[in-house]
Amino acid sequence: MTEFEVPVLSIKNLNKQFGPGCDHCRNPEPLTLIKNYCSVCGTVYACRDVSFDVYPGEVLGIVGESGSGKSTLMQCLYFDQETTSGEAYISSYQNGLNNLFEESSQQKRYIRNHLMGKVYQNPLSGLRIDFSSIGNIAEKLIAAGSRNVGMMEDRGSELLSKVNIPVHRRKEAPKNFSGGMQQRVQIAKALSNQPPILLLDEVTTGLDLSVQASVLDLIKSLQREMNISIVLVSHDLGVIRMLADRTLVMLEGQVIEQGLTDQILEDPQAPFTQSLVHSLL
Amino acid sequence: MENLLEIRELSKSFTLHNLGKNVHAVSGIDIRLGEGDFVGITGKSGSGKSTILKCIFGTYRLQQGSIWYNSKKFGPLNIAEATNRQMIYLRKHEIGYVSQFLTVMPRTTARQLVKQAIVEMGRDQVHAEKETEQILSHFELDPELWDSYPATFSGGEKLRLNIARAMVKKPRLLLLDEPTASLDYESKIKVKILIEQLMHGGTSMLGIFHDLEFMNNLCDREYNMQNGVFTLSH
Repeated sequence: MTEFEVPVLSIKNLNKQFGPGCDHCRNPEPLTLIKNYCSVCGTVYACRDVSFDVYPGEVLGIVGESGSGKSTLMQCLYFDQETTSGEAYISSYQNGLNNLFEESSQQKRYIRNHLMGKVYQNPLSGLRIDFSSIGNIAEKLIAAGSRNVGMMEDRGSELLSKVNIPVHRRKEAPKNFSGGMQQRVQIAKALSNQPPILLLDEVTTGLDLSVQASVLDLIKSLQREMNISIVLVSHDLGVIRMLADRTLVMLEGQVIEQGLTDQILEDPQAPFTQSLVHSLL
Repeated sequence: MENLLEIRELSKSFTLHNLGKNVHAVSGIDIRLGEGDFVGITGKSGSGKSTILKCIFGTYRLQQGSIWYNSKKFGPLNIAEATNRQMIYLRKHEIGYVSQFLTVMPRTTARQLVKQAIVEMGRDQVHAEKETEQILSHFELDPELWDSYPATFSGGEKLRLNIARAMVKKPRLLLLDEPTASLDYESKIKVKILIEQLMHGGTSMLGIFHDLEFMNNLCDREYNMQNGVFTLSH
């Protein structure tokens, strides 16, 4: 089937392992693996041959139990982790011809600062908790090449009000804020350079329901108004159902199933997906 | 392709891993639907009627048979082989689905819900706003409700909103899964009027109706289902 649209982000055969691997587990049919852990050398195969595409303006959901490799995958995409092997292409970077994982660290920084934004589950990972909120945003803007202080102030204030942080608190450090507010500062920071791709890793986990709702509404409106492509990792099927057009299901580092979100929820194929869906309903 | 929709030898079963069994829902179904046709499916609950509609809409994955749909965008397309992105496009622009249950985004008002459906198709905001108000008034949804959340609506109000949202897109193919099942007589009449309007506009419809006599004078053909197969059609 010929494609009628071009993916914004393409991931091909991404592998990430922790540990050197041994003759036992490098075998194509490894017998020594317990889930994704080699019982001989202790290597963990966190992501195994993961491939997917993300299209303009869509929300791609990734679900799976804890330890299935979701966060490692997101870390690889944002270059927080070195990948073991695999390819990634962004259509707006070098016409989608260069494998991002093979670019220089300088180019990787450029990609991170200009083409992607990431929101971590733990605000401590994505923010400088002692800096002012607007300073956090300015940091990303400076990294993306901005030098005009007035412009950065305006942009920062605009973003903070977009995520419902009162402008008069913009100079306060995120450590003074509630978890939900910290998460929204993170989102503002991630959006500051208007990236075409936003990576969201369990952004609503641990937030109370009403705060969760405000963060979800924010993501929804951003996607609608700014046509950003979002990769959304969550173990909460409710979140996925509300936001994602398509969903991947991960288990033990592998993508075991993918489809339209209603397909995954109403006609799950794999035993794991069925039990996951049954635990929701 | 002559028809808008041609279903050939459609079969669908569900493998339930926790029970270790395989449940057959439908087998060997053939349906042809021309442009502007209105075809009804009747049958007891559990006979597999909704399964057919969900296979066409892409919610269920097909195992056997084919569902050829003559898309405006893609030309003749077997839905069994369509990519997810193609299905997303078709759902936004060409194929509508109405069930008796309203699935809503939380914290989205009735007005936003209908308006989004129109904007998704690429219409401008002003146009979308006008059409939204038109259809909400047609279904006599109290204007006071327009800017409140459907979660608080009565069953009938939700249903009318649900139908309004699907119909406002004037899809080429509309799948109706017992949309009038729990509506009062007046609301049913309103649905019927819209169905007639859509038919005149060229929309083809495949619908499951509990009270088919009500729709009878509209139906071009009807099929009766029993245990996953058609028993008679006329």
